[in-house]
Amino acid sequence: MSNVEFIAPTSPEQAAKALLAGGPGARPLGGGTDLLVQLRSGRLPAGLIVDLKRIPEAIGIRQDGGAFVIGASTPGITLSEHKALGLAWPGVVEATNLIGSTQVQGRASMAGNLCNASPAADSVPALVAARATCLIVGPDGRRTATVESIAVAPGKTSLAPGEFVLEIRLPARPGRSGDAYLRSIPRTEMDIAVVGAGVNLTLDAAGVITEAHVALGAVGPTVILATAAAAALVGTKADEAALANLDAAARAACNPISDKRGTAEFRTKIAGVLARRAATIAYGRAEKR
Amino acid sequence: MSKRQHISATVNGDPVEFLAEPGATLLDALRDDLGLTGSKEGCGSGDCGACSVILDGRLVCSCLVLAVEAEGRRVETIEGMAEGSKLHPLQQKFLEHAALQCGFCTPGLLVSAKALLDANPDPTETEARYWLAGNLCRCTGYDKIIRAVMDAAAELRQEKV
Repeated sequence: MSNVEFIAPTSPEQAAKALLAGGPGARPLGGGTDLLVQLRSGRLPAGLIVDLKRIPEAIGIRQDGGAFVIGASTPGITLSEHKALGLAWPGVVEATNLIGSTQVQGRASMAGNLCNASPAADSVPALVAARATCLIVGPDGRRTATVESIAVAPGKTSLAPGEFVLEIRLPARPGRSGDAYLRSIPRTEMDIAVVGAGVNLTLDAAGVITEAHVALGAVGPTVILATAAAAALVGTKADEAALANLDAAARAACNPISDKRGTAEFRTKIAGVLARRAATIAYGRAEKR
Repeated sequence: MSKRQHISATVNGDPVEFLAEPGATLLDALRDDLGLTGSKEGCGSGDCGACSVILDGRLVCSCLVLAVEAEGRRVETIEGMAEGSKLHPLQQKFLEHAALQCGFCTPGLLVSAKALLDANPDPTETEARYWLAGNLCRCTGYDKIIRAVMDAAAELRQEKV
């Protein structure tokens, strides 16, 4: 990696200014577990690396009312150590902790996983199901966007020149809510999702689902917010009939490719199965909260 | 050629200073500038764990850290593990269990195992296997490594009683 430049600004505004001035080769650096590999392989051209980790807001987990605000460059292992976050959003935490090894968890961040824009990013379906939002900083100031609006195609984001994600916000949620994320890989660890499914549910006192969100990964060019699949759960107790409807609606939402990891047919079938299983886990968690 | 940056950091408890190319990795700096060649470059992409070091208390692959990121940070490497000629219990147990053959993965595995036992002095075998899943070994088949780690953990716990 010769001919790269490096700066580590301490304010978001300085970072946005540097990213804009650096042109198309300028990249924000979080944990670097994707960026440094891509720079070294030549997949990305050498340019300006803007390290976000000296910006105070970019690191750490803060509670804001019932919401959780997670700094963009917070490493995954920090999420697993945060008890309150794990109780409120176990699905988001388990999805993030599935990414890579212990070493990768010591560096890799959710915002990096999101902005790398892989359709198979493990944390993203869980974040989309959680209805998480991003605080984006850019040369023209700050704006908020949904997580699902960030990736627009594999490796491509909707962020404008100079813009970067500073924080991810998980909204406050009522009691009797639970989430879960499951992925399918051909081994037990250290692999890229063939299919991923995130489910987030809220129940009423009688155990009827009042709100549901379902997101599917690696079955389309970007993570899919499967609204019909979620609608199949609302008003039910996640009984067998509801789960069958969820399964069918999840499969109908898929638009996968066939590649060495799995055929389109396989991915579609597994998406339905994982949605069912994740919904069952999320339901059990919601009952206990 | 990019402009080199002056970096001050702490390595194995000692203050160090070096000049780093912006694109150089922490692994490059440790090996080439500081002469600490215990950390190995296996894959250079964060897959094999041979370059594992502890950065501000976190286990990381030093091939996926830029040297310039180490400014003001604390780095622990395999060279800091033994106290003089007295091996760390993990190192001793690796020898006793013959938990290495070619040895290329061994520094990274020892650093990772130390990070595990620092965080969790009494891991289950399953926890140890998951924690060490980011350290590849093409010789041993892992069983001897796991036995050495579990044995070292038991010995370290007894010392604390």
